[in-house]
Amino acid sequence: MKKKDRPVNNRSLPGNESLLRQLWRDPMGRAGMIGVGVVILLAVFAPWIARYDVAKMNARAKLTGPCAQFWFGTDHFGRDVFSRIVYGARVSLEVGIVAVGIAAGFGYLLGMIAGFFEGRVETVIMMIMDIIFAFPSILLALFIVSALGPSIINTMIAIGIVNIPVFTRTVRASVKTVKSTDYIANARSIGLKKMSILFKHVTPNVLAPFTVQATLALSGAILTEASMSFLGLGIQPPNPSWGSMLSDARKYMERAPWLVLFPALFIIMTILSFNILGDALRDVLDPKLKL
Amino acid sequence: MRDYIIRRLLTLIPILVGVSIAIFIVMQLIPGDVVSGILGIEETPELRAMWEAKLGLDKPLIQQYFSWIGKAVTGDFGESFRTGAPVFPEIMSRFKISAELALLACLIAWIIALPLGVLSSLKRNSIIDRIVRVVALLGVSVPNFASATLLILFLSKTFNYYTPVKYVGLFENFGTNMEIMLLPAFILGSVMAGSVMRMTRSSMLEVLRQDYIKAVRAKGAPERVTIFRHAFKNSSIPIVTLIGMQIGGLMGGTVVIEQIFSIPGLGQFTLTGITQRDFPVVQGCVLFIAFLYVVINLLVDILYTYIDPRISYS
Repeated sequence: MKKKDRPVNNRSLPGNESLLRQLWRDPMGRAGMIGVGVVILLAVFAPWIARYDVAKMNARAKLTGPCAQFWFGTDHFGRDVFSRIVYGARVSLEVGIVAVGIAAGFGYLLGMIAGFFEGRVETVIMMIMDIIFAFPSILLALFIVSALGPSIINTMIAIGIVNIPVFTRTVRASVKTVKSTDYIANARSIGLKKMSILFKHVTPNVLAPFTVQATLALSGAILTEASMSFLGLGIQPPNPSWGSMLSDARKYMERAPWLVLFPALFIIMTILSFNILGDALRDVLDPKLKL
Repeated sequence: MRDYIIRRLLTLIPILVGVSIAIFIVMQLIPGDVVSGILGIEETPELRAMWEAKLGLDKPLIQQYFSWIGKAVTGDFGESFRTGAPVFPEIMSRFKISAELALLACLIAWIIALPLGVLSSLKRNSIIDRIVRVVALLGVSVPNFASATLLILFLSKTFNYYTPVKYVGLFENFGTNMEIMLLPAFILGSVMAGSVMRMTRSSMLEVLRQDYIKAVRAKGAPERVTIFRHAFKNSSIPIVTLIGMQIGGLMGGTVVIEQIFSIPGLGQFTLTGITQRDFPVVQGCVLFIAFLYVVINLLVDILYTYIDPRISYS
């Protein structure tokens, strides 16, 4: 087979095991995996890791500094900061995964349709994407939440909508590249149906950039949720969110700096880990981009 | 070129129409009744009918949309439900503040990012390169509200710093204005610098591999000329694209920083409109920001032709 006849991205998504192994070999990939792993563990095992009820107030323990009883101290209601951070990881991941799921699902479908069918359908889809792109993401998310009302579900929907164009553009660009290859022309010439070509032949070659995008979008979604909660329009009390914890802490940061330090460190660690993992994934799945 | 600009301006029309329809539809989705929100407990059927007629809410939706957009294109964004003041002049005065913040943030970002990005590409895999890459990764990963809060905590503990309570304009008192604006601009700039640094490095590495750079070096051109006149100039298209997107994003996207530092910019105005359900303010701000964003994208496209004369839009 001539080089030109091969799929453009001949490293279609490898099996989970080999992908994980490749990531683990790269020091940055390993660091990202460990960071993301810690956040996932906190989120999954939150009920067992958290030491107190996240909403339970304790007037006698208000603004207590980090100690053996309260590892990360307590807030102005006497609530345990460590437990709230642990449950905050669950909220952040839930919002991130569902929002990216919404964005990836719609983005994949729209990108496939736009890239494969072209013509007027593509023009209309891309114009809608341009319209969504014409707003700063945080502002658009706030705007949508203001219309739907602040809640965890609406936060997920808003962040999901904001992220659809990135996936649509990524998938459309990959589909267009794959479509111009000889093996797709061959598939057409032997009479394969469009849907069959799309899902059996185009999809595997779109998966690599799609996976990288999803990892990077997760950190973006977690960041947007934290920003929205910081502004009071994201996750509503008493649900713990790192963004709202940080926002509430500003009033007490002179007396209780731990209220600022711990949520800030966990937000930074989570976003950094996802970004490092996204970069490492890109290097493994799309080595052309590695510089 | 003139034809291209006219053509591009024409393509902006359907996007802006789409944006305005999207804004209008989202505003219709908002639960609760505008008139009830304004009148509160003083609501009577007569007062309600009067306000509905005044706001044009008694007309069909399509008529309401055309009435709103027709006024908007002439710069009439209506009056704030809360203050009664016209929205457009307020947007313009807030925009000046946000633009100053955005410009300062960009300057800080470029001063940090461009030299470091170039240096990192020239010293690939050295200790300098690694430090720059870690700094850049931190820049893109540390949310601005987290770095702002941590920095305020550090400055308050060390230098007894407090966030300003009242904003002072650039032309009222330059020194005080800079005291207020430099810290938030630095925080925004450091976030922007992270991505610009990464883009500059990867783009420079890509260009430095090209044969024409080898040819320039073989001709004996000084390294400074090779790097700045040949490599940097040719690597600047993706950097300019990124910077353009960042500037667009700063219009209204500075909402969190404006809120933390009490800067009465466009983002804070929009946020206040959202939390107070002041619909003319929200509609006007969002439409204005979207307009700015598409115009900035157009300017970036035009800028390409000056950076790279091979790009022609004729």
